[in-house]
Amino acid sequence: MANTDATTLDEGPDLLIPGMGEEGEKLVVQQAETQPAEDEETKFGTSRADRKTSFDLADFPVLTGEEEDWRFTPLHRLANLHLPEGDDNLLTGAAPAVTVTDQDGVSIETVGRDDQRLGSFMVPDDRTSAVAWNSFSEATVVTIADNVNIEEPVKISVEGNSTDPAAQHIHVAIGANSKVNLVVNQTGKAVVSQNMEFAIGEGATANVTSIQAWDDETVHVGSQQASLGKDSTFKHVVITYGGSLVRLTPITRFAGEGATTNMYGLYFADAGQHMEHRIFIDHSTNNCTSDALYKGALQGKGARSVWVGDVLIRGNTSGTNSFEKNENLLLSEGAQADSIPNLEIETGIIDSGGHASSVGRFDEQQLFYLMARGIPEPLARKLIVRGFLNEIIQKIGIEDVEAAVTEVMEEEIADLEL
Amino acid sequence: MSTLEIKDLHVSIETDQGDKEILKGVSLTIKSGETHALMGPNGSGKSTLAQAIAGHPSYTVTSGEILLDGEDVLEMEVDERAQAGLFLAMQYPVEVPGVSMSNFLRTAKTALDGEAPAIRTWTKDVRTAMDNLEMETAFATRNVNEGFSGGEKKRAEILQLELFKPKFAILDETDSGLDIDALRVVSAGVNRAQENNDMGSMLITHYTRILRYIKPDFVHVFVDGKIVDSGDEELADRLEDEGYVNYEKTEAPA
Ligand SMILES: Nc1ncnc2c1ncn2[C@@H]1O[C@H](COP(=O)(O)OP(=O)(O)OP(=O)(O)O)[C@@H](O)[C@H]1O
Ligand SMILES: [Mg+2]
Repeated sequence: MANTDATTLDEGPDLLIPGMGEEGEKLVVQQAETQPAEDEETKFGTSRADRKTSFDLADFPVLTGEEEDWRFTPLHRLANLHLPEGDDNLLTGAAPAVTVTDQDGVSIETVGRDDQRLGSFMVPDDRTSAVAWNSFSEATVVTIADNVNIEEPVKISVEGNSTDPAAQHIHVAIGANSKVNLVVNQTGKAVVSQNMEFAIGEGATANVTSIQAWDDETVHVGSQQASLGKDSTFKHVVITYGGSLVRLTPITRFAGEGATTNMYGLYFADAGQHMEHRIFIDHSTNNCTSDALYKGALQGKGARSVWVGDVLIRGNTSGTNSFEKNENLLLSEGAQADSIPNLEIETGIIDSGGHASSVGRFDEQQLFYLMARGIPEPLARKLIVRGFLNEIIQKIGIEDVEAAVTEVMEEEIADLEL
Repeated sequence: MSTLEIKDLHVSIETDQGDKEILKGVSLTIKSGETHALMGPNGSGKSTLAQAIAGHPSYTVTSGEILLDGEDVLEMEVDERAQAGLFLAMQYPVEVPGVSMSNFLRTAKTALDGEAPAIRTWTKDVRTAMDNLEMETAFATRNVNEGFSGGEKKRAEILQLELFKPKFAILDETDSGLDIDALRVVSAGVNRAQENNDMGSMLITHYTRILRYIKPDFVHVFVDGKIVDSGDEELADRLEDEGYVNYEKTEAPA
């Protein structure tokens, strides 16, 4: 939607990106002579490379709301998942129930905290993730064998049944050279801080869709961290529409060269819903490709979304291709979307890179065009919103899931106040 | 037989400096089967006239009338005008991401006719119309105007003209940006619509070239928000030679 855009761009202090601006543009990027500024203490948009990661809760002080990565989150709505009173009272509620479809090539285990696979590559990078890490008692481990091609999507159902603050840990390992479609469907009522790990084996192709279809009262903060083996492909599609507050931090790291990640997302925020997605793609090795596209539709008073896209292309890497984009459609007054793409290039030599972001209202020209062809206004508006969201739904690539999400979106759109 | 009457139409737009009058009293009557060419300098208000007839919200009609067979067009919403039989082929057709041409065409046809077209004949009609306009069928699966070249967008407008069968069409610089072959193909499409449906049309153009393919019954000269001269095809040739300088001189300085 190229219209009234309140575009927010954050390019970091020392980044020169000539010709930046138009969406979809392939950019020639010239590196600045200097390293990013050192005074990151005070600087908004400090290097993502300096973000603390730790298993130790003490490394993440009690939140004030001033923190760079928490400044958009209404802490009072976190239902104590961030332990505002201090580190002593860890989360003890019953975690949402996990069930996984039983299929050949898929093993499902419930393991204790001491299982060596847990936290083998993921490290909490914010307070709620560290709280979850220190709180959970049992974890679910889903393992896809090596060299298997699993035709039927593996479905992981996460079903909440309580609003006692809880912690959850789920570890998914995809074997080398295997191919799998995986759908995580999160429903019910919950107050949960969740860590999810995706270990993608060498040469594997993993297509993961995570659907947040929680009940209205649910509060969900979640970290979904993936580590990509050499030459693997990881597609991560986030669909968020249910819950009071959902804050997801999907992270992709490259453990080997030549891997590709596509990180997509769609959120539909209604009145009073806070939906926050902060992605991080860490280009720490050579010849990796990333493409991120998130789209959001917001309607109703107090509908709120936050999107932050941190892409870090580290020094001494080469052959990186990276593009990220976020588009938001405000369907009514009183909704607010923040969008911060943050492409940070250290001294690496990149093939291509770029970012784009927009927050727009209805495109009146599109509306006029459709109506000038006889299509009544309510239907014209629905066609436009549907068209806007379809781009992400089509990325899921699993027919029945696409159909189900389409149906949900049709219902959301049917409720549009016109 | 239908009639589209424009009577002493005044149209303003809102600008940062306040309202600005663009159309300063346009009167024109078009009957079924007639072709009226409208020629005039850049910025004289031709597109404004076209958009005001279609009901674009940016343009405010301050006085005057538009009547379609006696019905007050200005009272109608944008979609109602189209349903009443008016069609505007736009100078700059709009891209609508995520909405496929085929879905769009069927949705519009359904809205225009008040019922869904029979699936078999509709598919055939679309195919035939696309063939006639030498459009690849792949366009049906692409999103409305998205990534279309300038010429492809114009063809897509005429495709709609043929499928929707309006009583009156306003063609706003449909010929601009068309190559020589495309001009011929697109003109043939307009002529077919005219013959098959006894369509009346207002053809906004800067060039006499298209008038070799689509014969105008009348040529109007449009300067500074009104029609300042009318004649037959020869007037267009004269404009081609002399430009608008004679008309602009007659304008009294404000
Ligand atoms: N939305 C708008 N905002 C400001 N000015 C406008 C707007 N729409 C039209 N105008 C002005 O109104 C005048 C008439 O424009 P219009 O597009 O109708 O001209 P035209 O005759 O179609 O020109 P062309 O031959 O270049 O297509 C121009 O001066 C134009 O700048
Ligand atoms: Mg014009």
